Amino acid sequence: MSAARAALPALVILAVLALFPQVVSNGLATTIAVYAVLFAAAASAWNIFSGYSGYISLGHAVFFGTGAYTVAIGARDWQLGGDRVFALLPLAGAIAAAVAVPFGLVALRVRRHTFVVITIAVFFIFQLMAFNFSFTAGSTGIIAPILNWQPATYNEPFYYLALAVAAGTAGLAWIIRGSRFGLQLRAIRDDEDRARGLGVRAMRVKLGAFVISAFVTGLVGGIWFYFIGEALPQFAFDPLFDLSVALMAFFGGLGTVWGPVLGALVIESAQQYLTVQITNDYLSEILLGALFLLVILFLPRGVIPTSGELISSWRLRQRRRPPAGQPGTGQPGTGQPATAGESP
Amino acid sequence: MTAALRVEGVAKAFGGVQALSGCSLEVAEGSITGLIGPNGSGKTTLFNVITGYERVDAGEVYRGDRKITNLPPQRVFALGIGRTFQLTRIFPRLTVLENMLVASQHRSSGHGSSQHGSSQHGASQHGASEHGAGRRWRSPLARAGGPADRRRAMELLEFTGIEGHAAALADTLSYGQRKLLELAYVLVADPAIVLLDEPAGGVNPSLIRHLAARIRELNAAGRTFLIVEHNMDFVMGLCDRITVLDYGTVVAAGPPAIVREDPRVLDAYLGADDDDADAGDDDPAGGHE
Repeated sequence: MSAARAALPALVILAVLALFPQVVSNGLATTIAVYAVLFAAAASAWNIFSGYSGYISLGHAVFFGTGAYTVAIGARDWQLGGDRVFALLPLAGAIAAAVAVPFGLVALRVRRHTFVVITIAVFFIFQLMAFNFSFTAGSTGIIAPILNWQPATYNEPFYYLALAVAAGTAGLAWIIRGSRFGLQLRAIRDDEDRARGLGVRAMRVKLGAFVISAFVTGLVGGIWFYFIGEALPQFAFDPLFDLSVALMAFFGGLGTVWGPVLGALVIESAQQYLTVQITNDYLSEILLGALFLLVILFLPRGVIPTSGELISSWRLRQRRRPPAGQPGTGQPGTGQPATAGESP
Repeated sequence: MTAALRVEGVAKAFGGVQALSGCSLEVAEGSITGLIGPNGSGKTTLFNVITGYERVDAGEVYRGDRKITNLPPQRVFALGIGRTFQLTRIFPRLTVLENMLVASQHRSSGHGSSQHGSSQHGASQHGASEHGAGRRWRSPLARAGGPADRRRAMELLEFTGIEGHAAALADTLSYGQRKLLELAYVLVADPAIVLLDEPAGGVNPSLIRHLAARIRELNAAGRTFLIVEHNMDFVMGLCDRITVLDYGTVVAAGPPAIVREDPRVLDAYLGADDDDADAGDDDPAGGHE
């Protein structure tokens, strides 16, 4: 697939998303849109590590919360107010990335289920720390400084900031997927020991992806903190965040570039909308769980890979029709080995 | 002349099972050395020890004069030792070409294998050069596989005869094609020494002949091979020297004609004391240990 052909739909979607707040001025709709785009960035970042490497992290809320608290504590202790607080966002990403280094060095020594369990454990350690340390203000949390923005367009800067981060992350995910680094990650996903035997420095590669992923997630956490206006341990370090980003990536297509973005836009919008409409907070969570089950049952590989398969098999059928069922895909000049092995 | 690969007094136990004990062998530069022995005699463990997948309890492994004992797999590979696995291991969700490109980053830059003629893929005299040292730095975010890497990968796929499947997912390959792919991607990085673990196991006779011809061609171009195999015709026909393992120790070593007649070898293979375990060993299809 040529780069131009792949980039075109992305540019169209980006243009639509960029125009969205200009067309829709409804406060509820733009609020939902900010969350949806923030989660698009978070799910895409999660996918750069978990989707490509196959190491399913359920501890990314550690980076999200770290980013949120970095901005919260920075704004409080350095008495930053107004727009200046946004200068702290790179720091939020950097601190989250710094946390990812020791976290990764420990957790990435183990694989599969053990890795998942360790990420969950580290996540709860961080939540407990946020509850108990004095510099995080414990369960009272930290209030964000007030922004003197017009209420009518209050969401707009947040939206564009989130959109920039999401677009940048998706672009990065796209570059990584086609890169040497991305190929090594996907090789690790398929067979880590074999990859090591072909010269792949597995620990370095995995840790690199973990840190990149953490940086973006921290950034998203920082923006989220301002938007929501408060950092509380149970919301900054929220186990539902971990499940949500994983579900979004699974829904759209784990390891694909656009799947997690699509999954986040669909699921986060739907969930926010239902939360507002139904007012019962738990019902939307039950629906989230039910959706997870449906995805695992019927779309185990996600929307984008499955629909891609349907389209290509449909095309193949179209192409095969004229030469009366002769499959034209086999290479004639392959010689004996192509027909050599029997069992698949 | 120093051996390309030397194992000295290696011991390795798994719990109470002594897989290797006092195991020593030499693989001469430019040779095809066969490693045979009954199931459970420690052949695969020895491969794992050499290539860094298992740590030794005692003993040393040398690549030329350089000690490589207990180096991790990626370092051993960078020093020019490639291997295949008994249960063929490929990357099922990557395309065949992508499989090839995983290893391509580790070719030394001044090496230029792509300049060789199409029938001389193995012609590079590699020596013990350190891949990591003289390598040009390439950005990890650069696209996987530059034109030279892709050309080299396609050459090797043609050499093994699976170039028609380059764009297919490796998952769709047949068993025999997977064996060929594994051989091909190990060759991408131009290792001076190639360890093959049962290359002919479970493969049909015509593919076995194809494989033997490829190995001979690569060997003629200077590459050293160490081959574990149960198919005696394959081993005896291909190898210059044969080493026999039994209970984790070398019991015989020498040219095929001599090893074949060695009473200790006959004993290890046909010994009356544990005939049940040995019954399948002459099966050309090769059992899995």
